[in-house]
Amino acid sequence: MAMTLAEKIFSSHLRDEPFPGAKVLNIDVVLCHEITTPIAINDLVARGKDRVFDTSRIKVVIDHVTPSKDTKTATQAKILRDWARRHKIKDFFDIGRNGVCHAIFPEKGFIRPGNTVIMGDSHTCTHGAFGAFAAGVGTTDLEVGILKGVCGFRQPETIRVNINGRMPEAVSAKDVILKVIKTLTVNGATDCVIEFRGEVVGAMSMEGRMTLCNMAIEAGGTSGVCMPDEVTVDYLWPFISADYKDKAAALEDFRKWSSDDGCNYKKVIDIDVTNMEPQVTVGYKPDQVKDVSDVAGTPVDQVYIGSCTNGRIEDLREAASYLKGRVISPMVRGILSPATPDVFKQADAEGIIKIFMDAGFCVTNPTCGACLGMSNGVLAPDEVCASTTNRNFNGRMGKGGMVHLMSPAVAAVTAIDGRIADPRKFRKEKI
Amino acid sequence: MKTFGGKALFLDRADINTDEIIPAKYLTENSKEALKPHMLEDLKLEGFDPNDQTVRESKVVVARSNFGCGSSREHAPWVFEVNDINVVIASGFARIFRQNMFNCGMLALELSEADIDGLFAYKGAGASIAVDFDNDKLTVESGKGGKTFSYHIAEFDRALVKAGGWVEFADAKY
Repeated sequence: MAMTLAEKIFSSHLRDEPFPGAKVLNIDVVLCHEITTPIAINDLVARGKDRVFDTSRIKVVIDHVTPSKDTKTATQAKILRDWARRHKIKDFFDIGRNGVCHAIFPEKGFIRPGNTVIMGDSHTCTHGAFGAFAAGVGTTDLEVGILKGVCGFRQPETIRVNINGRMPEAVSAKDVILKVIKTLTVNGATDCVIEFRGEVVGAMSMEGRMTLCNMAIEAGGTSGVCMPDEVTVDYLWPFISADYKDKAAALEDFRKWSSDDGCNYKKVIDIDVTNMEPQVTVGYKPDQVKDVSDVAGTPVDQVYIGSCTNGRIEDLREAASYLKGRVISPMVRGILSPATPDVFKQADAEGIIKIFMDAGFCVTNPTCGACLGMSNGVLAPDEVCASTTNRNFNGRMGKGGMVHLMSPAVAAVTAIDGRIADPRKFRKEKI
Repeated sequence: MKTFGGKALFLDRADINTDEIIPAKYLTENSKEALKPHMLEDLKLEGFDPNDQTVRESKVVVARSNFGCGSSREHAPWVFEVNDINVVIASGFARIFRQNMFNCGMLALELSEADIDGLFAYKGAGASIAVDFDNDKLTVESGKGGKTFSYHIAEFDRALVKAGGWVEFADAKY
């Protein structure tokens, strides 16, 4: 029978079906950070079950508040650090080597096609870009994942989104996913996997595909997924070259993690990007999306470029190409947070960090930072932030603050203008 | 098993997200109890005061569609739990929030939009909601009468509630 990628992963990882439709899956990779894991660790200790199912399948990072800002966050980091050491978890990324979870874990090659991945973080759906089933879960699911290597789900249906046409100048993966969320609405994909297909996705880098999958949760999706292809093989090649005789062999192996022709979709949506404008959110829900020309001129107080959505090297290159040789508005605080140390080093080597700093940006260490208003870059009441992050919820970046989600290109020109601006009206420089 | 039912808190809005239920700045706490004063602190809802006595006395939340969307933080069910709210009734839930509720042995009960409208008819009348978990029924009552609704709960979710949560269920089985 023709199957979707999600169905193939579910059937190959099925540990138990305790009741019809309830699937308990074996989990390949359990990811952990310092905000949602410590309570799971404390509970395991309290239950006398301070064990992990497989040290090599657990990957750990301190990323949300780093460096720690106070005693409470230092304690969260310490609980996680002590636990990682106690269980000899090799892949533990502490300050100096840490970065935003959904950027650093893929960068290390931890996620492979066909994997099942969970993390106590809703943007875990990012990792579906590799042809994996990757779901954000709560602390209890995480705790059981750590202890037993299993997690329970309802069998999800799949919504296929075909993205075709020619990508216009200044339109990026972020604009495409905002358009998809607008089309699906904030709960249009609840209990579903969103499968991103079409020539635009095929031509996208892994970075772009991660941006797409990252925001699947904003339409309620359990995971985003892209079909593994040559781009996936190229990205993972440094980590898999010992396992395959050549890239063609890897591709053939990866291709089994694709949806079959004739498989069953809940819904198929077609999006043509040819005449698309850059997209910007308004209001407090990520499906409240408008063309940039409809919101251009809105004054902002802060511009934030970073996060698991748009803090990767391509995002920084795109923003820098608008910022080069320019200075941001004196009415704006510009903050750049490269998502990982490798992104930071690469940006430095390419002169991008200097471009940002010459333009008047503050450059922070890799961290989740301003995105969720729990460490740096918090907004004051009534302030407005133009942000490359993923959520515009009421109070998300600080009580009473307003967030407009947008691409790195729109964010960069908005910083220059001091008001939401249209990148198509700015000249790009070669960097 | 937890006890379910009591005074109802009607939140007449769709898409109430977990940042509104418990803002991220409180996620630095390492105990559930410390979350207690901050329940629904950032909820954007006309006339809602999170410190109102009726909010504090509530045992059941009633809301519209896509309740609990956004972040995966289990702090959202926990802040309800430490405030003695073990039931949320809505016309739809975000997946992670719904799973987190059952994983904690709490109830996320889905009713049709028409039935949710029927419950909201009791808003402002000091309504209480009793949950008959064994018979999949809930009854709303106030000074102006009462009404009983049936709900459907997945067998897996029922088993999690009976076991006391997912840790207990999984530990016994896997």
